[in-house]
Amino acid sequence: MGAIVRTEQPTQVAERDEGQSQYLTFLLGGEMFAVPILNIKEIIEYGHITTVPMMPAFVRGVINLRGSVVPVIDLAVRFGRSASELTRRTCIVIIEIDSGDGCQDVGVVVDTVNEVLEIPDSEIEQAPSFGARIRADFISGMGKIEGKFVVIIAVNHVLAIDEMATLGQLSDASPAMLTAP
Amino acid sequence: MSNAEFDQALQTFFMESRELLEAMEESLLGLESSPDDDDAINAIFRAAHTIKGSGGLFGLDGIVSFTHVVENVLDRVRGGHVPVNGELIALLLSCRDHIGMLVEQIAADPSAQPDKELESVGSMLLAQLKSYQTGVTHPACAPVSTSSCTEILPQTGNTVENDLWHISLRFGQDVLRNGMDPLAFIRYLDNMGKIVHILTLPDAMPFALEMDPESCYLGFEIDFQGDGIDKAAIEGVFEFVREDCSLRILPPHSRIEAYTQLINELPENNIALGELLVNCGSLTRKELEQALHLQEVLRSGAGTGEASKLGDILVEQGVVQPELIDAALGKQKVARENKSQESKLIRIQADKLDQLINLVGEMVIAGAATSLIALRTQDAALHEATSTLSRLVEEIRDSALQLRMVQIGETFSRFNRVVRDVSREIGKDIGLDILGAETELDKSVVEKIGDPLMHLVRNSMDHGIEAAEIRLQRGKPARGTLRLNAYHESGSIVVEVGDDGGGLNRARIFAKALEKGLVTANQVLSDQEVYGLIFEAGFSTAEAVTNLSGRGVGMDVVRRNIEALRGTVQIDSVEGAGTTVKIRLPLTLAIIDGFLMGVGSSSYVVPLDMVMECIELNEAERQETRDSHYINLRGTILPFIRLRDQFRVRGKPARHENIVVVQYAGLRAGLVVDELMGEFQTVIKPLGKLFANLKGIGGSTILGSGEVALILDVPTLIQRAISLESRVLN
Repeated sequence: MGAIVRTEQPTQVAERDEGQSQYLTFLLGGEMFAVPILNIKEIIEYGHITTVPMMPAFVRGVINLRGSVVPVIDLAVRFGRSASELTRRTCIVIIEIDSGDGCQDVGVVVDTVNEVLEIPDSEIEQAPSFGARIRADFISGMGKIEGKFVVIIAVNHVLAIDEMATLGQLSDASPAMLTAP
Repeated sequence: MSNAEFDQALQTFFMESRELLEAMEESLLGLESSPDDDDAINAIFRAAHTIKGSGGLFGLDGIVSFTHVVENVLDRVRGGHVPVNGELIALLLSCRDHIGMLVEQIAADPSAQPDKELESVGSMLLAQLKSYQTGVTHPACAPVSTSSCTEILPQTGNTVENDLWHISLRFGQDVLRNGMDPLAFIRYLDNMGKIVHILTLPDAMPFALEMDPESCYLGFEIDFQGDGIDKAAIEGVFEFVREDCSLRILPPHSRIEAYTQLINELPENNIALGELLVNCGSLTRKELEQALHLQEVLRSGAGTGEASKLGDILVEQGVVQPELIDAALGKQKVARENKSQESKLIRIQADKLDQLINLVGEMVIAGAATSLIALRTQDAALHEATSTLSRLVEEIRDSALQLRMVQIGETFSRFNRVVRDVSREIGKDIGLDILGAETELDKSVVEKIGDPLMHLVRNSMDHGIEAAEIRLQRGKPARGTLRLNAYHESGSIVVEVGDDGGGLNRARIFAKALEKGLVTANQVLSDQEVYGLIFEAGFSTAEAVTNLSGRGVGMDVVRRNIEALRGTVQIDSVEGAGTTVKIRLPLTLAIIDGFLMGVGSSSYVVPLDMVMECIELNEAERQETRDSHYINLRGTILPFIRLRDQFRVRGKPARHENIVVVQYAGLRAGLVVDELMGEFQTVIKPLGKLFANLKGIGGSTILGSGEVALILDVPTLIQRAISLESRVLN
């Protein structure tokens, strides 16, 4: 499933040097988000996920991506909302994370991917101090697209491996059911 | 040489130097117990010589100038001019260390300026070496009077007049390139006796246009006089260029036939050579004629006489004693074996090997997928073909993994030096016993086991083994013993560090743990559990903090390092008799034989070596075990874990549940699963940092269907179950 790249005017391409980047927009629970395209490796169909037990709910599991095992994160749960409903258009965006010592691929479950578009730096506002219903450090900025604001995700914070691993340890600390069903 | 080539060659030099230094150390330590071991002395000399030679090629003057002095002293040791004693060995060990430091310094930064501190150490060592360097030189033998042997000639008729050894020496073209100096050998020969005549043969020298200045084209005919010297001693002189030169030695009063043979074998023109021999005084004119005549005779009679070996001819002619030949042959054989052992080894870059292992891993996965499809088609021929293929893949997998296996002996033998040095430092007499050095394990494991072992060894020496007086009081020999042992046990390797020291004091450890708040006073713990407490962070019961250990850091690091290798550590101790630390490690980190089982919709793998048996959990037992988590397995209690509960799998359990009985480190437990899916070649894929804190899952693998299955880490899974249960109960 490929993303649709919006056809651009040649003049716009020339302007790229003057501070504007490309973003992939996608829907999550009806809300639109954007991710800088530089971090994105590929977009694949949702499927064949192996659940990893004893992990927090935002870790959907792992998939086999051409021979490597890649963890898949449910972004909606990570944002503190309810888990994404699976539909025909649900897909996994593979994002490369710089986790201190080397890069790691992480898959992110999204409802629908929309398009790749450019947002000039001048059209990006700072995150509001509250109101976005998302942790402030998860937002790198608010991009203005056709007069509407879209949350640009701070990928390295949302998918911070160390933090998520620590959360995994905490969630495991809650006692499991010990009695037989 | 391009820069990259130079760098690569330099890296090879560093690697070789490290290996040579290790060999040198080993030989030096060997000399301590047997100071007359010529092989060891030669090995040490060779190591120093090679490092000096190669260092010179790279213009590493610091290394060359220092090693040169060491080599000189070693040369004198080799010549028997300097006796081997403890003092000399200690000095040479320090020199070895210094060379090692010099090499490492340059390896770290090739452009580095000589370090002041290193330099002062170097000059101190050089000053100490000085005392060995000088001294009486070997007295040169009195000049020979050739006339004295005239009386022998009439008696034997066929022997030559002169009483000198005749040595024909032809250096190979590569001798200079290999860092050898032909002149040095001749000079060394002169030390042993006296070179009466020497003739240089420039015959092999090509025209100037074709001449390569790096090649050696020279040959020498030498008449040598030495008292009490035998053939082996002369051969010994040229030992280091043995492969690079052709050497023929004729003893004094050899038969003329021997000279004939010599003339035949040498590459130069026969007549010219004969003249040469006359010129250098080995043969008289008459003898030469006789020799050349004999040569004719031999040639005409070819086919009958030629079959006999040179050695036989020599013995027949009374030129050499049979024992000498036997000794020489024996020596040759050993040398050849060594040589063939060397040529059996190929140096490969580790990452190439890793790539191969990865590819084999992919092949195993792809093979599993193919078999799966073949099964589905129900085509018998295809099925058979894929099963042949998968058997081959399995063999390839095993051989590929075998490539990465190395013996642990090398890691162990490094501790000879450590034990020697540390025991001197702390003033205890401690010997090291090494067992199971030939046990093999994965290279990546070997590399990471060194540090934890070092810590355990030092700990044992410092705190485990008592001072000599106390040992004698307790009726033990004054000399303490440290034991390193390795062996295979049910799919894992066990490395033991043992001592015959005082053992652990259970009460003191418990008291200390109580003080630190690690345990509560009324807690009932097994001995193993109490001893295990010393691996907790910041735990130390040693009364004296020495500079070796006792600061309470370390044991927890040891455990962490070992756990990072998917291993466990365990302590056995008898108070007053000693402590043994057992490290249990997986054999390999790449591919294992696994056992596949299903829980709900997911598949899990356990290492096959851990699986003892599988039994069905029948309906009656299911009812019985509703509240408890153990069954009666042929009269013994088998506690089990329901993976379904442990992993919080949704949905109803299967109609037939099974128990997989697993054993690890003497602990037995059952895992209740829905489905048994059989053996599976498991290529271990790391789960990544995100799952670093996940207990109970050790890794993942990819099934033939392309889906990911998780590999259970049985020991931590059991631990987790234990801690969960105790938390609920408390």
